[in-house]
Amino acid sequence: MIDFLLLLKLFWTFFKIGLFTFGGGYAMIPLMQSEVVGQNWLDYDTMINFLAISESTPGPFAINMATFIGENQAGLLGALVATTGVILPSFIIITIIAAVSGKFIQTRFVQAGLKGIRPIIIGLILSAGTLLVLHNLVDQYPLKGPFRLDMLILTINLAIIYFGYWIWKKRQLSPITFVIISAIFGLIIFI
Amino acid sequence: MRKLQQLLLLFWTFFKIGLFTFGGGYAMIPLIESEVTLKHRWLTEKETLDLFIIAESTPGPVSVNSATYVGYKVAGLLGAFFATLGLALPSLLIIIVIALFYDQFMTLSWVQAAFYGIQAGVSILIIAAAIKLSRHLERNFYNIIALLVVVGLQIYLSTVDFTISTIYFIITGFVLGIVFYGLNNIKKGGSSK
Repeated sequence: MIDFLLLLKLFWTFFKIGLFTFGGGYAMIPLMQSEVVGQNWLDYDTMINFLAISESTPGPFAINMATFIGENQAGLLGALVATTGVILPSFIIITIIAAVSGKFIQTRFVQAGLKGIRPIIIGLILSAGTLLVLHNLVDQYPLKGPFRLDMLILTINLAIIYFGYWIWKKRQLSPITFVIISAIFGLIIFI
Repeated sequence: MRKLQQLLLLFWTFFKIGLFTFGGGYAMIPLIESEVTLKHRWLTEKETLDLFIIAESTPGPVSVNSATYVGYKVAGLLGAFFATLGLALPSLLIIIVIALFYDQFMTLSWVQAAFYGIQAGVSILIIAAAIKLSRHLERNFYNIIALLVVVGLQIYLSTVDFTISTIYFIITGFVLGIVFYGLNNIKKGGSSK
């Protein structure tokens, strides 16, 4: 029995995500959190785990995420529907621009609006990162579970490795390399 | 016949791009330049630059936007379809396989331990992404206040366990941008940027 209502909800949710993501990649995390975790389709930890998996597998984060959640909720059909949903806004908007003209994007009006969005997106990404740190350090955040000293030490060590490399080499470690380093630390500390 | 060949070539080119892009969007830009602009000469240098401006200032993943745009320029609506399908297909196939085994995989204790470490690592990757983006941000009144307000509000809301959809933040930003930069332009006598 195919649950059409669920498929429709998957499609609509990912259509919205596709429509309101500016700047790609990490800009999608806060949106994913408010739209998908809010629906109880996946819990916060699964989303973060999957973010790491998505960083370590090829392809755009948006499509990876849509496929994963779609498959999780409604199988193969769900994966197709969610992925179509996340792609469709791009497809429609870009086709119109390519067919007619992209000039209106370069109008002062649209550029002013886009400039207004930029600090908001950076703020959203920064708060998503900060909240993940808090979530890692305080069990069951925000319910004030016990404080986790092991996670604090781990986070500080990883931060020193990442930012140290960035400052020293003047470029960033690739996300995959860093995910692997983090996994090794996790194995050493928690197993 | 030639048309069909072109569609297949678009599909195959973006399939490769989808398969070899790790970390999404911006990692794809050099790959598009070498495949689309240099190898197949589908776009001129100038058109490639236009493509990246359009892909970044329209909603949706940069990679999907680029595939649709190049596909349309080369072979119309069908071209857009085949290029976008090619880009999405590697992800779709790989992730479906991962999703099938995810739950079983996560019950292994050593996998859980590794993912504890990874969660700490991801928090650093996200903060680093924000830092990287903020370096290109002009240091003006609006940008600094908007950034601080969003971070403060999001952290406050999390302590009371309340979520506001990010969509409202983005719409508000768009409107404020028009108000702030639009008014600034009028004061300066209208020169853009």
